[in-house]
Parts: sequence; structure tokens; C-alpha cells
Amino acid sequence: MISEYLTKDNIILGAEVADWKEAIKKSGSILEANDLIEAEYIDAMIEMVKDKGAYIVITPGLALPHARPEKGAKENGLSLLTLKEPVNFGHSKNDPVKVVISFCAADDSSHTQMLSELAEFLKDKKNVNYIKEVDSKKELLAYFKSYDEGGESNEDSNSMRSRSGQ
Amino acid sequence: MKILTVCGAGQGSSLILKMNVQDVIDEIGLDADVDNSNISTAKNSGADLILAGEFHEDALEGFEVPVITVSDFMDNEEIKSKIQDFLEEKGE
Repeated sequence: MISEYLTKDNIILGAEVADWKEAIKKSGSILEANDLIEAEYIDAMIEMVKDKGAYIVITPGLALPHARPEKGAKENGLSLLTLKEPVNFGHSKNDPVKVVISFCAADDSSHTQMLSELAEFLKDKKNVNYIKEVDSKKELLAYFKSYDEGGESNEDSNSMRSRSGQ
Repeated sequence: MKILTVCGAGQGSSLILKMNVQDVIDEIGLDADVDNSNISTAKNSGADLILAGEFHEDALEGFEVPVITVSDFMDNEEIKSKIQDFLEEKGE
């Protein structure tokens, strides 16, 4: 259930950051505040991009920073950060990034279910576009809840904002 | 047929790509096992096909295994058409 992983404590909307590093820091600080990681994990997420590149921008406008479990991950968890102004991560096609979803995994396998549910959710561009635009956490939490209850066919006409031009 | 999805750490992006590749091969009825790993272990994995982000194109250069790169991991249409192109070329 997306609403189990992304709760009011794991979400920051409309943050202002100077660059991708600050975006990862801010996003990672949510994981830290929820006691899901040690502080070093945040640096490891940044190192990962420096080292391996911006491939974590898996789809246009969305980055999925993470580090290896042994870099200070305590439990499986997600955080969601959206940016007021998008920043470039250095990906030739999927920049600029508006949505940063960091995750931490306690080990190599137990996070599969969590990422599987996240992938299912993100596969629907409508959901990604919604997250890019939403500015009310309350609305977003209701959207997650309604998605979880309604599954893929969820139309969510009440809280869905106009997607004209998408 | 063995398909491997790869990324830098072998646990995030490649896992998501694996799930979407699985959906695609189920849809087109291809009999294949899909697994994910990081780039360094991908080389000697014995896979018949590797899928990765375009970002890793350079790192995957010189692999003897055919490599398909995708730019949008969440776009199953892109994944599907590239796998289908590969299969056609292969003559299956």
C-alpha cells in the first residue's frame, strides 16, 4: 500500500533547493527524521550519483536516490520530496527533476515489495503528473488512499486537477 | 532465455526495470527469466540479453551480451518495442 509507505511524516511538497545535491539531502533528511537511516546514508546517496551518474532519474522529472543497505539503512522506507523549481541531475533526457523519491532498504531483498508497489503506482503517468503538480499534502494523502482502495482503475475525479496540456 | 536488468547499485532502478520488463514479456508471451544486478556482476552473468538505462551505455560497451538501453524506465511501450525489435532481429 503506497499510503503505508508515504505518510504525512514522509512527504515534503514544494521545497526550494539550489541543486541536485541539496535535493537529495533534503529528501534523505526525511528518511533520517523517521529513523529509517543513519545520517551517513544521505552522503552515500550523493556519492552514488557522483560515482555512477544520474541514472537514478528513472523517468522524466523523477529521481529515485538510494544507497546500499550497508551504508546506514535501518529499515525499508520511502520519502517523497517535490521541488518548487525543478533542478537538473545531469541526465540527458529525463532532466529536470521535480519529484525526488528516496528509498532505503534494510537488505538486498526485503524492499522488493515496497518498490514493486511504487513502480506500479509510477507506471501510470497520471499519478506521476499528479505528484508533480499537487501542493496540498492533505490532498496527496487522500489521493494515495484512494489509489490504494481503488487500485489501477482509480479515476479520482474529485482531487485530480486539470491535466490540460500534458 | 535469460534477461538481466542492470543499474549502478543493482537494487533500485534495475529492480523497477525488472518489474516492468516482466510485465512486458508476460504481455508479449515471451518465455524468459528476468533478474536484476549491478553492472560489475552483469558481465559474467550468462544472460542472453541485458536491459539498462541509456546512462549506462558506455559502461556496457564491450559486453558480449546484446544490450538494450531505455531512457524511461516507467515507459512499458518503449521497453516493449525495443524488446520486440531485438527479437525480430534475432529471428524469433
